[in-house]
Parts: sequence; C-alpha cells; structure tokens
Amino acid sequence: MILLELFWTFFKIGLFTFGGGYAMLPMIQSEVLAKQWINHETLINFVAVSESTPGPFAINMATFIGTEMGGILGGMVATLGVVLPSFIVILIVARFFEKFRDSKFVRWAMSGLKPAVIGLIGAAIISIGKTVFFPNGFTANVFTSAPFYLSLALFIICTVLILRFKKIHPILLICISAAVGIAAGYALQLPV
Amino acid sequence: MQIANDSNAAKKQSQLRRLWQLFSSFFRIGLFTFGGGLAMIPLIQRETVESRGWVTDDDILEIIAIAESTPGPIAVNAATFIGHRVAGILGSVCATLGVVLPSFLIIYALSFVLREFQNVQAVQYAFWGIRAGVLALIVKSLVTMAKKCPKQVISYVIILIAFVLVAFLNVNAIYVVIGSAVIGILWSLLISKKQTKEDKEVK
Repeated sequence: MILLELFWTFFKIGLFTFGGGYAMLPMIQSEVLAKQWINHETLINFVAVSESTPGPFAINMATFIGTEMGGILGGMVATLGVVLPSFIVILIVARFFEKFRDSKFVRWAMSGLKPAVIGLIGAAIISIGKTVFFPNGFTANVFTSAPFYLSLALFIICTVLILRFKKIHPILLICISAAVGIAAGYALQLPV
Repeated sequence: MQIANDSNAAKKQSQLRRLWQLFSSFFRIGLFTFGGGLAMIPLIQRETVESRGWVTDDDILEIIAIAESTPGPIAVNAATFIGHRVAGILGSVCATLGVVLPSFLIIYALSFVLREFQNVQAVQYAFWGIRAGVLALIVKSLVTMAKKCPKQVISYVIILIAFVLVAFLNVNAIYVVIGSAVIGILWSLLISKKQTKEDKEVK
C-alpha cells in the first residue's frame, strides 16, 4: 500500500513541478511533509546531500524518500513516479512539436505559472527559515540563544557570498557552512 | 530472401547498438553533473551533439525551451526527447533509464550511510551549519528566477497571491500551480481581446 502511495505522491509532484530544481520544494512540503514521511530538518539536510551528489534534485529526492519509506522497492516506485509525467509529456510533445512550440495556450499558461513558482519558492523559504532559525519552535528566549544568532550570521554571510560571487560552487558553500557548524558547535558546546 | 534476412538482422543490430549508446551517453550525463538543472546542458551538448551527432545545437536550444514549459527535470526531458528522436520510444526508455540510474544507485547507497552517521555529534553540528547554507542557496535560486520574470503588474500579483496562499494559508502548492496556469490563460485572453478591439477602433 505504501508503494502505491509513494508512486502516486511522486507522480503528482513530477506532474506539477515546473522549472526544475528548487521549484520542487513547495510540492514536497505540501505532499510529503504533510504526510510526515520525513521531517523538516531531514528535508533540508537532504537538499545539501542532493547538491553534493550527481543527478537532478527531483530524482535524488524521490529515491531518498522512497528508500526511507519502503526500502529499495519504495525508492524505485517513487523515482518511477517522479519521472513518468515528464516522460509521457515529452513523448507527446515530441510528436506534436511544432504545434506545442507555437501554441498560444502554452505561452499563456506559462505567463501565469512562472510568477507562481517564484511565490511558491518564497513560501518554501519561509517554512525552511522557521526550521533553520527556530528548530524548537518560536519562543521569546530564542532571541537570547547563541545558536539563533550564529545561524542567522552564517545565513547572511552565505547569502551575500553567493549573490556577490556567482562563481562560488554550491558544494563549496556547503563545505564552508559544515566547517563553521562543526567549529561553532564544539567551541560553544551547543546542545544537539 | 537470405539478403532480406541479413539486412533485417543488421538493422536489428544497429538498433541495439543505438539503444546501448543512448543508455551509456545519458548514464555519463547523469553521473557527472552535480546539482541538476541548466548545469547539465554543457554535458548533454557534448555527449549528444559533439560526440554522437544525434541532434544539433539548435535542437538543444529547442529542448531547453520545451523543458521550461513542461514538468520535470530538464535532464529527463532531454533524455526522453533525444532518445525518441534517435530510436523511438525504446530509445526514450533507454536514455531516461540511463540518466536516472546513477542518481538512484548513489542515493540508495548514501541513504544507509546517512542513517548510520546522523547521530554522530560532529555530523549533527555540520548539518546544523549546512542548513543555514542551504537556505542561502534557495534564496539565490529565488533571486535568479525573479530576475527572469516578466516585469508586469499581473506577475507581481500572482507572486504575492501564491506566496500568501502557501506560506500563511497552507494551501497545497499543486492547486496554486493549476490555478496560476488558468489565470495566465484567462488574463492573456482578456488582453488579446482588448487589443483586437482597440485595433478595430483605430481602423
């Protein structure tokens, strides 16, 4: 049963993720986090793993969550699910290539979809930001805790770095923040 | 009769060879590109245009344009499209399987490693730092996308509505995607009607 559910969930995610990459995050949040298959922290950790391993984000994500939930078969059906929509759609498009390319409706639909994806990623940032900065929920004493200010500083530095120097490879940024995390964690004996 | 059989056998063999080439080319593409997305284009171009001559540079540009308006990762879109062009549906299957397999095998193996080490204190500290870095990466992708977005009032309105619906009202992102496509079509329809009306009045 879980296999069928994995397949169907990732089929929906594959069908409605336009723009690739992080555009998938809002779908994962609506479809996977809501089912509590994995938690927020695991999701964000895995984004970093996916950035540092080969292959598209969507495939990595589906394999990981599928394997967590249903072993190797789970990984297979989730991956099949996420790939199948684009496979089918491209086969259809390949046949009616010119019609698709010149279609007004596709262009019009995209004119609404593109900005929506931006709003969706914005929403994903809010939700991920909550997990990053307030892992134990939002309370007044968050603002007196060292981990909060450390993550905030690290986030601001990373954002400035990557926006200012576009050539910085994501993997380098991940390595830097891992090193800072380990150093700060041991130096301040942060609770885990 | 004999000749026909021979040429049939030869055809079959060359079809098999093409399928294998599709699989192995896209396996390499899947194995050697990190992070996915447009980062995969240079390797796709080298494997399918320069080494094999299956498609042209113009085709690659077309594929990018199609990938932007179809669901799913660009690597899968390209594999399906080029596979179909070279060897029909079987070609699509082989190419797509090739591009997916490296990720699948690597992540499958890694999922055990992750489970094993996730309780080590150093790993937890590392991931605590990494989560802040990942947020920065996502902010960067948002900025990149926002720069490419058409600067129109309707775009800003859709961005805002999508954001509020999902961030604060917990609406499923799928409904927002469907709704925004419908709004895009209706709005453009309205504009084009208005345009033709104005054109007529001018005449």
